Amino acid sequence: MEFTVNLPLFAAALCLICSAVSAVLPEKAARRLCLALCGLVAIAFGLLLAYGLSSDAATTYRMGHYPHPWGNELFFGTLEPLLLCVFATVMLLCLLGGGSHLENDLEQGKRRYYYVMCELVLSSLIALCCTNDVFTGYVFIEISTVASCGLLMIRQLGRTTLASIRYLIFSLIGSGLFLLGLILLYAVTGHLLMPDLSRAIGTLWESGQYRSVLLTSICLVTVGLAVKGGLFPFHFWMPDTYGYATPASGGILSGLVSKGYIFFLLRVIFRVFGTEVFYKSGVSNVLFVLGAIGVIVGSVSAARETDVARMIAYSSASQIGYIFMGFGLSPQLGVLASVFHILTHAITKPPLFLSAAQIARIAGGRDRKLWLGAGHKNRLAGLTFTACALSMIGIPLTMGFVSKYRFGLAAFDNPKLIVPTLIVLAVSTILNTWYFMRVVIRLYTPASGPDGPRVRMREQRPFAVAAIAFLCMNIGFGVAAKPVVTLIEHGLILLKEAL
Amino acid sequence: MNDFLMKLWDSRFAVAAVILFAVGFVTLLLHRNLIKKIIGLNIMDTAAYLLLTSLGYIENRLSPILRGDDTDPAHYVNPLPAGLVLTGIVVSVSVTAVLLALTIRLYRRYHSLNVDEIYKMAQKEHGV
Repeated sequence: MEFTVNLPLFAAALCLICSAVSAVLPEKAARRLCLALCGLVAIAFGLLLAYGLSSDAATTYRMGHYPHPWGNELFFGTLEPLLLCVFATVMLLCLLGGGSHLENDLEQGKRRYYYVMCELVLSSLIALCCTNDVFTGYVFIEISTVASCGLLMIRQLGRTTLASIRYLIFSLIGSGLFLLGLILLYAVTGHLLMPDLSRAIGTLWESGQYRSVLLTSICLVTVGLAVKGGLFPFHFWMPDTYGYATPASGGILSGLVSKGYIFFLLRVIFRVFGTEVFYKSGVSNVLFVLGAIGVIVGSVSAARETDVARMIAYSSASQIGYIFMGFGLSPQLGVLASVFHILTHAITKPPLFLSAAQIARIAGGRDRKLWLGAGHKNRLAGLTFTACALSMIGIPLTMGFVSKYRFGLAAFDNPKLIVPTLIVLAVSTILNTWYFMRVVIRLYTPASGPDGPRVRMREQRPFAVAAIAFLCMNIGFGVAAKPVVTLIEHGLILLKEAL
Repeated sequence: MNDFLMKLWDSRFAVAAVILFAVGFVTLLLHRNLIKKIIGLNIMDTAAYLLLTSLGYIENRLSPILRGDDTDPAHYVNPLPAGLVLTGIVVSVSVTAVLLALTIRLYRRYHSLNVDEIYKMAQKEHGV
């Protein structure tokens, strides 16, 4: 069992090696390698989760056995393996379900580079979730930015190229701010490892020395990562980015990449600034306000959109708003709800993109006006879309319900914010219901005129496997939410205590 | 007044870095021309490196390369900031390369470097 602590480093290294190998492999082999890698990484982190649960302690992994002011470290408890296991599974299912679209959307001969980018994204997710060193975090933020830009621009439409340049510019603004914040922190503390930084910041905060520098750096780091995560008012790149990318990319970018940054921010809040300093600095209130506005603005924009893929993308902006709202609410229940919502969004949004693309193919377009009766033509895609839409709305038995319930509970953790939180939840649920149900009803309204051809299960086997797996995960996590919530709670305690 | 000027002189690198960062940031965010945006990005990154380099330099200390028998760490500067700057430079070079490649692709397609014009043309092309 001791061996399992090496797995995160091996997994990240394996991803990097595979990405180099994939670039010279034939297309089919590259695809198989990437799928196998995602599966392996999911299994590895499943094992690590089991190890974390059995040992009931967090692990600090020294790379090269250099002691702590000098060496580079990884840190993982139970939360990181859980998230990474889900992330790797989601990536596997995205690639599986979006395979036929990849063949249509990407030029022959360039598809193998798609898998290179996926592997790079996976390695940077592992690094962002596990690193104990903020500068390593910065480097992998940039790797993830460039790789996700590659996932986007590999589909060679004018619109995707434009979207990727916008995405890249916003991302670079975010990482520039993050870097500046990091430099200021390094200047006043002289450390880059999270536990050392945390101790130094605690001492500085108590003595009141360098207060303005500390506050500035907290702001810069938080805002930088929030810009990259897509918090309001920096979400305008989202509809183009997610909407015009090939569906697998849309799923990976919205479900996983943005979550990597957000989880890194969570780790920085818990393990660098410390929740006490962070919540006293007032930045959390800004996060709450921007998150709440983001929820509403995202929902309203989604409701105004007729292109379903863009609608789903705007809905992502609103879900990201939820996550930041939870960060702003409280370090206990609020963050717990946010982490659960990270999982919910990662499991619900990719199948929405995949099934929307599948329906658009049979309906002849992504405009919802064309979708009349399309749910009968492709039953599985219709069912997947409906179930995920219900999960986004928050119907019981799905993950979305647990998320919203948890946000409702979290509101009571912060007496000043009960009313605004509940109002935001209610309004956004109504808007969610309106824009999703409008599409679902259209899907199942019988079209007048002759029935078109139907898509059967046999003709879309990979998509069927992915869709069913996504639905099972969604309902599984939704029904058995209690152990997951306990696990997250435990993981958050480990994150804070093991300093 | 004299005191303020002295303080300003002491933190001249930080002040210059902040000004440069702001110039780069605004250019990156608001300028319509793609090439100028990329230049803005580079100014922004360089400002961050200037700050880091100036913080890592202590007057009257040696560069972190062992000289003869002098093993007293107090005689040398910390090599880490320079290492961080190098890493940062590598990152910004690669990001600039990606941005330039994207710009070339857009220019070949739309024969313009103005983001707004390109956006309008792309909207027409896709009918959204």
